Amino acid sequence: MTVEAVVFFVAAALALGGAAGVVLARNPVHCALLLVVTLVAVAIFFLLQEAQLVAAVQIIVYAGAIVVLFLFVIMLLGVDREESLRDPIPYQRPAAVALGAILLGEIFVLAGRTWATGAPSVRGSVRGRVDGQDLGNVQRVARVLFTDFLWAFELTAVLLVIAVVGAVVLARRSGQRAQLDEHEQAIEEQITAAELSEAVEESEAVEQSEEEVVTP
Amino acid sequence: MSLAALDITPNYYLVVGALMFTIGAVGLLLRRNVLVMFMCVELMLNAANLTFVTYSRALNDIGGQVIVFFTLVVAAAEVAVGLAIIVAIFRRRRGATADDVRLLKG
Repeated sequence: MTVEAVVFFVAAALALGGAAGVVLARNPVHCALLLVVTLVAVAIFFLLQEAQLVAAVQIIVYAGAIVVLFLFVIMLLGVDREESLRDPIPYQRPAAVALGAILLGEIFVLAGRTWATGAPSVRGSVRGRVDGQDLGNVQRVARVLFTDFLWAFELTAVLLVIAVVGAVVLARRSGQRAQLDEHEQAIEEQITAAELSEAVEESEAVEQSEEEVVTP
Repeated sequence: MSLAALDITPNYYLVVGALMFTIGAVGLLLRRNVLVMFMCVELMLNAANLTFVTYSRALNDIGGQVIVFFTLVVAAAEVAVGLAIIVAIFRRRRGATADDVRLLKG
C-alpha cells in the first residue's frame, strides 16, 4: 500500500473510533477526550489533502480552544458523573438508531449516484502556478479570503463580537438578577417553614382530638 | 484491484465524512447530556468540513478551504453562546440533561 493509503486508513479508524466513543462513552470527560482524537484525525485528513493551513487552524482552534472550553464547563458544573441509562421516553434509542440508518442510506443514495459539477478553480487553484508564481497554501487561502470573501470575513468579526457579548450577558450573575434569586429562595424557605408548622399543628390537633375521644 | 496499488480517491474521504456525520446525528438523538449533545454537533460540523476540503482538492478550488474557516468561526461562536446557556440553566436547576428543560419554562 502507498503511504497515503496507510495514513488514510489509520486516520479513518481513529476518526470513526473517536466519534463512536463520543456517542457511547458515559462519562462526559471521556467524551471530550475522544472528541480530541476525532479532531486530530480530521486534521490529518486535511494534511493529506493539501490543506495545511486549515489543518493547523483545526488543531489550534478546535483541540486547543473549543475542547478546553468544554472540559472547563464540565469541571465548573461538576457534571462529570455518569449518565443514567433510564429512558423517560420509551423506544427513543431504537428510534434514534433507525433514524440514523435512514439518514446514512439517504446520504449514500443522494451522493452516490451524482458528482459535483461546475467549473473548477473558480476562486483560485489548490495546486499549480498562479500568475507564474508558485504560491503556498497560506497565500492561496489569504488571496481568496481577503478578496472574494472579504464581506463574509467582516461579518464573521461581527458574529464573534455578538457571541462574546451574548456569552457574558448569559453567564454572568450579578446585580438585580442575583438579588431576585436570593429573594425567591427566601420566599421558598418561608413557604416550606409555613407548611411544616401547619403540618405540625394538624398532627397535634389530631392527637388532641384522639385524646378527647379516649378521655370520656 | 490489488491492495498494493490501492489509490485513495476522494470517495474514500466522502464516505468517512458521511459516516462521521451519521454518528454525530445519532449521538445527538441518543444522548441526553446537553454537553455531549454539543460535542455531537461538533462532530457533524467536522464531517461537513472534511467534505468541503475533499471537494476543494477534487475540483482544484481553494474556495472549499476558505469555507472551512467560516465554519470554524460559527462553531466557536456557537460553543461560546451554547455553553453560557448551559451554565445559566445549570444555575437555576441542578442538572444538565435535556429532560430537565423539556417543559420549556423556568
